Amino acid sequence: MSNAHAPAGEQRSLELDRQQLERIWALPNGWRILSAVNNTVVGYFYIGAAFLFFLLAGLLALLMRTQLALPSNTFLSADTYNQIFTMHGTVMMFLFAVPAVEAMGILLLPQMLGARDLPFPRLGAFAFWAYFVGGLVFFSTLFFDLAPSGGWFMYPPLSNTRYSPDIGADFWLLGIGFIEISAIAGAIEIIVGILRTRAPGMSLDKMPMFAWTMLVFAGMIVFAFPAVILATIMLELERALGWPFFDAAKGGDALLWQHLFWFFGHPEVYIIFLPAAGMVSMIVASMAGTPLIAFNLIVVALIATGFFSFGLWVHHMFTTGLPAMSVSFFSAASMAVAIPSAVQVFAWIATFAAGRLRLATPALFVLGFLFIFTLGGLTGVMVAMVPFDWQAHDTYFIVAHLHYVLIGGMVFPLFAALYYWAPAFSSRALSERLGKWSFWLMFLGFNIAFLPMHLLGLWGMPRRVYTYPAEMGWQTLNLVASAGAFLLAAGVLVFICDLFRNLRPNLASPAGNVWGAGTLEWLENGLYGPRSIPHVESRYPLWQQPDLAKDVAAARFYLPNAPTGLRETIVTSPIEAAPQYLQRLPGPGWTPLFAAIFTAAFFMLLTVKMLLAALACAVLALACILVWVWGSDPEPLGHVQIGGGIDLPTYASGAVSHAWWAVVIVLLVAGSLYLSFVFSYLYLWTVAAQAWSLAIQSGLPSAASAYVGAGLLGLSAACVGVAGKVLARSRTGFAALVLIALLALPAALGLEVAAHWRSGLRPQASGYAALVYLAAVLQLQIVVAVVVTGAYTLTRLAMGRLSASRRVTFDTLALLSYYAAGQGMLGLLLVHGFPRAVS
Amino acid sequence: MIARWLCLLLPVSTSLIGGCGDHQSVLNPAGPEALQLTQLTWLLFGFGTVVLATVVLTVIGAVRGPQPVRTMLASTRMVVSAGIFFPALTLTGLLGYGIWLTRANFANPGEAGILRVVVTGEQWWWRVDYPQGGNGAFATANEIRLPVGRPILFELRSADVIHSFWVPNLAGKVDMIPGRITYARLHADRTGIFRGQCAEFCGGPHALMALEVIVMTQSDFDAWLQNQSRPAIDPQSTSAREGKALFLAAGCGACHAVRGTPASGTIGPDLTHLASRRSVGLDTATMSQASIARFISDGQHVKPGNRMPPFRIFAPDDLSAVAIYLAGLK
Repeated sequence: MSNAHAPAGEQRSLELDRQQLERIWALPNGWRILSAVNNTVVGYFYIGAAFLFFLLAGLLALLMRTQLALPSNTFLSADTYNQIFTMHGTVMMFLFAVPAVEAMGILLLPQMLGARDLPFPRLGAFAFWAYFVGGLVFFSTLFFDLAPSGGWFMYPPLSNTRYSPDIGADFWLLGIGFIEISAIAGAIEIIVGILRTRAPGMSLDKMPMFAWTMLVFAGMIVFAFPAVILATIMLELERALGWPFFDAAKGGDALLWQHLFWFFGHPEVYIIFLPAAGMVSMIVASMAGTPLIAFNLIVVALIATGFFSFGLWVHHMFTTGLPAMSVSFFSAASMAVAIPSAVQVFAWIATFAAGRLRLATPALFVLGFLFIFTLGGLTGVMVAMVPFDWQAHDTYFIVAHLHYVLIGGMVFPLFAALYYWAPAFSSRALSERLGKWSFWLMFLGFNIAFLPMHLLGLWGMPRRVYTYPAEMGWQTLNLVASAGAFLLAAGVLVFICDLFRNLRPNLASPAGNVWGAGTLEWLENGLYGPRSIPHVESRYPLWQQPDLAKDVAAARFYLPNAPTGLRETIVTSPIEAAPQYLQRLPGPGWTPLFAAIFTAAFFMLLTVKMLLAALACAVLALACILVWVWGSDPEPLGHVQIGGGIDLPTYASGAVSHAWWAVVIVLLVAGSLYLSFVFSYLYLWTVAAQAWSLAIQSGLPSAASAYVGAGLLGLSAACVGVAGKVLARSRTGFAALVLIALLALPAALGLEVAAHWRSGLRPQASGYAALVYLAAVLQLQIVVAVVVTGAYTLTRLAMGRLSASRRVTFDTLALLSYYAAGQGMLGLLLVHGFPRAVS
Repeated sequence: MIARWLCLLLPVSTSLIGGCGDHQSVLNPAGPEALQLTQLTWLLFGFGTVVLATVVLTVIGAVRGPQPVRTMLASTRMVVSAGIFFPALTLTGLLGYGIWLTRANFANPGEAGILRVVVTGEQWWWRVDYPQGGNGAFATANEIRLPVGRPILFELRSADVIHSFWVPNLAGKVDMIPGRITYARLHADRTGIFRGQCAEFCGGPHALMALEVIVMTQSDFDAWLQNQSRPAIDPQSTSAREGKALFLAAGCGACHAVRGTPASGTIGPDLTHLASRRSVGLDTATMSQASIARFISDGQHVKPGNRMPPFRIFAPDDLSAVAIYLAGLK
């Protein structure tokens, strides 16, 4: 697309185009910046919030290490210490680690992929504000002595009302539950952004490694988080209403929680590690000045890690008395997962050897990461061996292992990334001198703090202990570890000084490509991203397409202007990145912020049992969301020119639409949630089968009620399907069919609940009964979503904003309705069919 | 054995490290099962050290090494051999050993002729039952005595939340889960006193939930067993008799059992032979009249959060009498 220097008239119109882009993408000024939705602004807020939580949880760690520095210390009482270690783990895992890597994705991905923004800017803003507000409220429970104290993993029975009667556990359950929803919203954005908004020509094999890791990261969130969401719903139902999922005396099982929690918990640590590995891949290539060796093999390793990590969770349960065959399987899987990580490590080393590593601060943090993470991975292989784990589990050996892999595997890469990418988002790079000080203090402090803990564990010191007697001989190493922790903190402090002295957030004219890197985020970017969206032909466009940066800046590629006068980005096909349509994006707005505040308020008021106030906030949140959604789905404007002789439609319906993809991902989440429920149902049957035979004897509702229910569900799906066909011809017919569908779904649910209630089954009676009613709770969630979406669809129809050519809203309703019908039928099959099949 | 030598060889003096804490240590095995776990520990440590050293040297070679080394390292073939073949080979070997060791150490609950001890985890103490006592079953608390050289099967339960039974010198840990029974099988091959600790966070003073395992010769153990099966010794002195009367009148028997008296509560530890144990309330509180008195009147300061309320209803003389009585229950 290079042409000769443009004549003067063309120069002037290019300048006008640039001014137009600047106006359209301008940020609101002053405090109104809180309503911004640009990925760069939201990304900055996100990484700032994540870093704040890192510091807060780090302070908690310093308090813990102060208490443990001396034997029988009285600095903290047992209860305070238990709250602090619970919050340290919870805040680090949920409020720092996942949000931090998600933030880096939001900040970097659009520019790295050659897009102007993420596909759902307001969803990203909502995800951030929900996380920030909810996280702050949750953290503040510490100041009121209301923090949870059952550990970050909250095992029942310790976490049920009998042994944790106070409200801290409820704060944990509800607070964490909705912070996870925020993570899922972010994951949707990232998946659709990576698969559908890459620059034209950037086929999957040319996509940067960080985008690959974020894709796997987001996919893992979709399948892993629902398990813990279900577990938190179940535990809260047990605490608030007495539904005995985990109560062995009533046909529940404490191990059910452990299975659900760790099915999430193990992928969680790879969710945290893989994006960090992706950042390392990018930094290594730039610092060595050469493309990554074995790129394709690394991608395969990433995907393999993602898959394997779902098959390891029982290695957290090796001491629970499970059969030898089961634990051996999970031991094998846990060792196998070391192989893809080893592939990445050696690929990075090969890249060092292929280039010439510049030992600037980012490279130092990468080298530190390699040492610490490898050591942590090796202790991981050790604890993957079941007999060794029988000694090491729940001791300071594990504390050492987990910090080596998490601080080594994520924190060090994060610091490398902050030093590396700061010049792209700040008018000044960070200081090399302070960076080196920060690195060495952190590296030495970390090892001094955590290396002795391996020995402490082998010398018998268990985890989660607020003190230890002097007779044990553990005090010297504990004192050394505490000193190391403070040294590590000093390193972080130096980094904070560097931030204050040198970081000057500037998205319009940043310091620039100081490293001579090869990927697109290093183009001259304004608030609107690149001046024009390049046509990509290689994996390292700035290295392999020599005039690219110049041509992008001279507006010689796509979208040098804004054909519709609004914020836009190009939607491309998932594999080949061929342009498909032009998406219009929203500008600043207050609804995501307020929706997030009201959602957070809803969850917190529910926790303190102020039900009316909670309901009011739920209604307000819903109102904000409806206002926000009403403004999306703009009407089709025909075709526009985007440059390069390409013209694209401005609207897409059906499976090509990015909105359709988002809904499908939501349904994958819902499906995972439901499959976790199916697992729980079948699992409790293996533990307490007598409840199932009892159910048959004392009156499972008749099969007739199940058939009628299935019929209603089928009717609902069929009506929606036919409605789609008649939309073009008859608006009344369409509305009538949708209405029937919207009535049939809740009717099916009501019938099911009434049938069980009339048969005398009460959810508090047993684990089995609780599960039957849990099916109804999960069905209720999706039915409410369908009914609200249906009412919204009919409103759009009435206001003339829905038609055969503008039908994204209806496509969304259709997907949700088919899913609701399918989920309902699976539920009926399980609840009515399974007991009959096994008796 | 190896552990002791290594402790001596370590460049830092053992006094600086504070002794190798050997009565609750994985590195000081006192039985064959524990020995296998310790050997595994050293094998894995050796393997890990070799691999880490290799990676460090490789990084140095890649960054600063001579050109021929760097050319060799800068290849997909190196990535595949070091990242796939080498780990696959070594990990498979390790896994095989691990699986064999796992199966060899799994307890068989139905094993015949073995000495059984039932341990129930409670917040925050250990209920210990010997169903095959010398003259009938008996219960004790926080202290387990075993004969040397014989395999023991532990039947592990929980009365409330999840606990974990861990005596590192003798065996790996096994969780105690309400609603389930788990098993540990172990064998001590020398006498001694070994300390264990609850290894699953159980709230409150989890850190203080320790126990002692005292391994004795078979004859000493038989004598102990016989003694424990007998009902409580009658009080020998006037103060002790007073103490017993006060003990019963104050309602202590609602929670604590003293066989041979009306006291038969099972909520708290059995006190029939309290004074035969090495400690009271907390493993670091050596058995004495004073520590008994202290736990009765001020137990919340000894073990904060424990379920026994402080009994300040006794006048000082009365408290001594009760303590004298209990200190006589050998």
